[in-house]
Amino acid sequence: MKMPDRRIFYGRDGECGTGKTMNTIYILWLRQLKRYFRSRSRILGSLGQPLLYLVAMGFGFGPIFQKAGAGNYIQFLVPGIIAMSILFTALFSGVEIIWDKQFGFLKETLVAPVPRFEIMIGRTLGGATVSTLQGVIVLVVSTFIGFKISSLSMLSVVLLFMFLIAVLFAALGTVIASLLDDMQEFQLIMNFLVMPLFFLSGALFPLSGLPTALSAVASIDLLSYGVDGLRGSLLGISHFGLHIDLLVLTITTLILFTIGSYLFSKIKI
Amino acid sequence: MENNIIEVKNLTKKFKDLTAVDNISFNVKKGEIFAFLGPNGAGKSTTIKILTTLLPPTNGEIEIDGANPVTQQDKVRHSFGIVFQDPSLDDELTAYENLEFHGVLYKVPNPIRKQRIEELLRFVELWDRRNNLVKVFSGGMKRRLEIARGLLHHPKIFFLDEPTLGLDPQTRNHIWNYISNLNKKENITVFFTTHYMEEADKVAQKVAIIDHGKIIAQGNPAELKAQTKTKTLEEAFLALTGEKIRDEDAGSQDFLRQGRRMWHR
Repeated sequence: MKMPDRRIFYGRDGECGTGKTMNTIYILWLRQLKRYFRSRSRILGSLGQPLLYLVAMGFGFGPIFQKAGAGNYIQFLVPGIIAMSILFTALFSGVEIIWDKQFGFLKETLVAPVPRFEIMIGRTLGGATVSTLQGVIVLVVSTFIGFKISSLSMLSVVLLFMFLIAVLFAALGTVIASLLDDMQEFQLIMNFLVMPLFFLSGALFPLSGLPTALSAVASIDLLSYGVDGLRGSLLGISHFGLHIDLLVLTITTLILFTIGSYLFSKIKI
Repeated sequence: MENNIIEVKNLTKKFKDLTAVDNISFNVKKGEIFAFLGPNGAGKSTTIKILTTLLPPTNGEIEIDGANPVTQQDKVRHSFGIVFQDPSLDDELTAYENLEFHGVLYKVPNPIRKQRIEELLRFVELWDRRNNLVKVFSGGMKRRLEIARGLLHHPKIFFLDEPTLGLDPQTRNHIWNYISNLNKKENITVFFTTHYMEEADKVAQKVAIIDHGKIIAQGNPAELKAQTKTKTLEEAFLALTGEKIRDEDAGSQDFLRQGRRMWHR
C-alpha cells in the first residue's frame, strides 16, 4: 500500500482552542436538525399517529360531542393532538441518549474538551426545535381537514407554547435517559409516563366538570398546561388561563432543564 | 521519568463488590506503541475509560501528558484521540460532517479545520466518499473514518480499543499500516487493545498483559516469549493467562449490542 511521503498532520500544532463556546451548542443543535430532515420516513411516520387520532376520534366522537352541546370536536381536538406529537417527538429526542450512550455519538461528545452543560443545551434545543416543527406540520395538516385558527395574530403565542412544551419534554427525556441504562425500561416509560401524560392532559376531553380525582390528576399533569395554552392561543378557550399556563410551563421547564443538565453531567458510560 | 507520556501508579477501580482493576502500575514512553492485552473482562476497557477521563479511579495516580485525568479533564482530553470499541459515528451524517463536528467540538479554527479534514480523509482513503452518509459505509470504512476523526485535533496519544474487531485481514492490515505510519511520521504514542495476538506481536514495542484486574506480565514481545519459552505471542499469552474460557455476564451492554444488530442490520 502506498503512503503519502509528506507529513500526515497538516498545519502547526497548538493552533486549537480559539473557537467560541457558542459553536458547540450550535453544532449539536444543527446535528439534530440535519438528522430530522434526512429521515423523511421518520417525518411521515410520526405524522401517521396524530392523523389517525384526528380522523378516527375527531370524526368518530364528533357527533356525540356536538350533541352534548360542546361544539365542534375537531376544533377542540387539534390543539391536543399537536401537543401529543410534540410530547412524543421531544421526549424521544431526550430518551435517545440511552441508545447513544453505548452506540453513538454521545461517547464522542463526552470525551471532547467541552462542558457537558453545553452538550446538553445544544441537544435539548435541537430536539425541541425538531419537535416544534413537527407540531407546526400537524397544525398545517389539520387545517386541511377543517381546522380553523380563531385569530392569526396569536400565532406567535402558539409557537411559543409549542416550543415550551418541546423544551420541557426534551429536558424530561434527558432526565429519564440519564437515570436509565438500557432500552429494556423503554416500554415502562411508554406505559407509565408518556401515555398517562397524554391521556390525562385534557388533550381528548374538556377539563371542566370532571370527577374530582381525575381533575386533580389533570392539574398536576404538565402536558395539561401545554394543551390548555395551545387551545387558548389557537381557539381563545382556556381552562387555567394563558398566564397560568405560561407560568407553570416556564417554571417547570427551567427546573427540569436544571435537573437534566446536572444528571447529564454525571452520565457514566 | 520525563519521557513517559502515560504514567499509572497503583491504579484500582472498584464497582460495588467487584474489583475491575486491581492495583496496576505501568508507564508508556513518548512515541511508543503499547499493546494492552487480556482476556474478556480482564479490565482493559475499564482502564481505558479511566485514562480517558470517562471514569474516575477508586485509587491510584495517573498522569496523561503531565496532566491528571480527574482534576485536569480538559487538558487531558485535548491530549488524546480515541477509537472506541463500539462504533461512535453519527450514521445520519456524512463522513465530512462527522469530522467537522469533531473539529468544532475540539475548537480547531476554520481554515485549519478544513485543511486537516481533507488531509486526514485522504490519509484514510475516504476523501472520495466524503459526502456519503456514514450508514452506507462498511465496518472497515467506519473504522478508518473513526481513526481520521480521532486525529483531527492532533493528539499526542492515540487510544484504540479493539480497533480491528470484526474486520477482514485485508482491512486489519490496512489499519495497522496507517497506525504504524502515523507513529513513525508524527511520533504519536499509540495505546491499543486487541484479541489478535499476531497484531500485537507485529506492531507493539511494549506489551502489558492484564488478567483479573492485575498486570501479570510486561515487556517487549520478544521478552514475553522468552519468559514463557514460547514461539509466538499467542502461546505466551495463553501460557500466562491459562486456557480457561472467560464467561462474561450478559449485561445491559450486550442487550444493546444485540438490539443494534437487529435494528441496524
